[in-house]
Amino acid sequence: MKIFDLPGGVHPAYRKEQSSELAIRPLPLPKRLYIPLQQHVGALSVPIVAVGDTVAKGQVLCVRQGSFSATQHAPTSGRIAAIESFVAPHASGLAQDTIVIESDGQDAWGELPAPIADPFSVDPAEIIERVAISGIVGLGGAIFPAAIKLNMGQQYKLDTLLINGAECEPYLTCDDRLMREYAAEVIDGARLMARALGARRIIVAVEENKPQAIASLKAAAQAHEEIRVTGVPIRYPVGYAQHLTKMVTGRETPAEHRNAEVGVVTHNVATARAVHQAVRFGRPLISRIVTVTGGAIRQAANLDVLIGTPVSDLVEFCGGFSETPKQLVLGGPMMGQPLPDLAVPIVKGSAGILAMSAAELVESRERPCIRCGSCVDVCPCGLSPMEMAAFIRKDKLDAADKIFVGDCIGCGSCSWVCPSYIPLVQYFNYANGVLGDQARQRRKNDRVKTLSEAHAVRAEQAEKARQAARAGKTAAAAPQSTNEVQA
Amino acid sequence: MLTAVMILAGMGLLMGGLLGFASQRLAVEENPVEVEIQAMLPGSQCGQCGYVGCGQAAAALARGEATVTLCPPGGKALAEALAKKLGIEADLSDHEEKGPEYAFIRADLCYGCTRCIPECNVDAIIGATKQMHDVIAELCHGCAKCVEVCPTVAIEMRPVPTTVTSWHWPKPEPLAAAH
Repeated sequence: MKIFDLPGGVHPAYRKEQSSELAIRPLPLPKRLYIPLQQHVGALSVPIVAVGDTVAKGQVLCVRQGSFSATQHAPTSGRIAAIESFVAPHASGLAQDTIVIESDGQDAWGELPAPIADPFSVDPAEIIERVAISGIVGLGGAIFPAAIKLNMGQQYKLDTLLINGAECEPYLTCDDRLMREYAAEVIDGARLMARALGARRIIVAVEENKPQAIASLKAAAQAHEEIRVTGVPIRYPVGYAQHLTKMVTGRETPAEHRNAEVGVVTHNVATARAVHQAVRFGRPLISRIVTVTGGAIRQAANLDVLIGTPVSDLVEFCGGFSETPKQLVLGGPMMGQPLPDLAVPIVKGSAGILAMSAAELVESRERPCIRCGSCVDVCPCGLSPMEMAAFIRKDKLDAADKIFVGDCIGCGSCSWVCPSYIPLVQYFNYANGVLGDQARQRRKNDRVKTLSEAHAVRAEQAEKARQAARAGKTAAAAPQSTNEVQA
Repeated sequence: MLTAVMILAGMGLLMGGLLGFASQRLAVEENPVEVEIQAMLPGSQCGQCGYVGCGQAAAALARGEATVTLCPPGGKALAEALAKKLGIEADLSDHEEKGPEYAFIRADLCYGCTRCIPECNVDAIIGATKQMHDVIAELCHGCAKCVEVCPTVAIEMRPVPTTVTSWHWPKPEPLAAAH
């Protein structure tokens, strides 16, 4: 299969060997689970259970609000202990509404939707609906509601479903293990998704440093000629959807446009497996594979973890820390977020917990830019990081926006390569945050304008009606009085 | 020579006349700067600037009677944009940026007089006579007009909280200048 070249990219130390040969193990049932209402991009889900309710495993806890949202399910059976504000697995360390389940130890499944008996002959809409009610979101990190992406066949002419098994982030091995151990489920999920999308071709792309995963996927896909399993060159960030699409199809997604507009929809391998479970067994998304690794963890592991399990449970299961970690990261080292607290729960988008030792981190004082251009060379989006950062430093966000800071995917290659240790991607994250705020404010202003104009029109009409009514009354009263006089 | 001068003079007269006529007949009644400024203002007619609405505020700005920092909802960004538009230097150093706020009605104090409801120009207050009122926080644009009319001081302005979805990274600390 032809592989197209990609601009930029870096080769960080992968350090996957610490956990890549460790088979997935289930984590013992935690006593308490914390399920945030927001584990996806889109609208907040709405709880339909109350404190004190007993819930069965797989029972719906919160329903999605509109289609751009996701349903949450009970990961185990137990009692709703609280619905409260709890620290979120998010860099801000802010609290968010969270459902707390006290597990009863039974782990008993409740009533599940019936498996779809013959998914390849039913209406594709049925598969999409099943994915939606199963609370499936993109497990590669984007946490985008999967059903919306599966519906894109309605809107765009699609020919390819790209299954993303690149896992280009260093350290993480959860997708690698999943592909090795559940290849058949991934392939079946991919076929179901292709059926929902109406895509006739499936490409499974895996970075070449995972030969066992490629072999097991190839074996699983052998019977299906529409599936191509391909290795892609090792280079961070090939796993970004648009970049992987470019690499395997040669099609470039225009800036600010969807991948689907070039006929391709990408889904992560773990999402494919979740779709398989939802369609074939009616099981909602209540667990995920998490890699626990890093120099400061005693025993690395790939764990099958229920959504809502506190990170501290995972750390404890791995034997705790062998030294005080210099930095705790949720996700990969390149795009992951600092972990605010060990009490935070594992959510649908948590791929890894990294406990980094001091030896693994490069810490150096920032120095002035020497204009070497390394950041420009490695930017996979063809941007000019040093120029954008210079603008942002001087608070000229408009100027940075004009040279497309909005196209930055936040991969961090520029920060990684910078010989002056300038926090480039940090500047862009900040700028995009502020620009996003401004866009939200503009939308709100527009809405306020529309509403206040409508209000003014209505007030005017009401005033007119009042005047007309008063005039009518005087007119009605006037002749009467004349009559009285005449009488 | 004379013909050329005559022709040029004739043309000058004719065109001057035409232009004079056009400036009378096709005159733009509004001050164009005023229209442009009005487009920049939020347009919510909240009245926090002290003028009746954004139109009047724009007119005052165009006449140079108002300061560019007059619009609290617009904040610093608007003040800067206005200063640029009007070609003046605005001193924003002592301008305190107030974060967005929304109105909150205290249930124990509201007795349902409905006086606040017509004040809200985005219809964000719900309720009826002798029924407790509430504010749809997403619609509220923080003009605080309802606060003034409430006879029981049941309405207070609260800052819009930062949530996980609205939070963003702060600006990185600048490079230390001294070596």
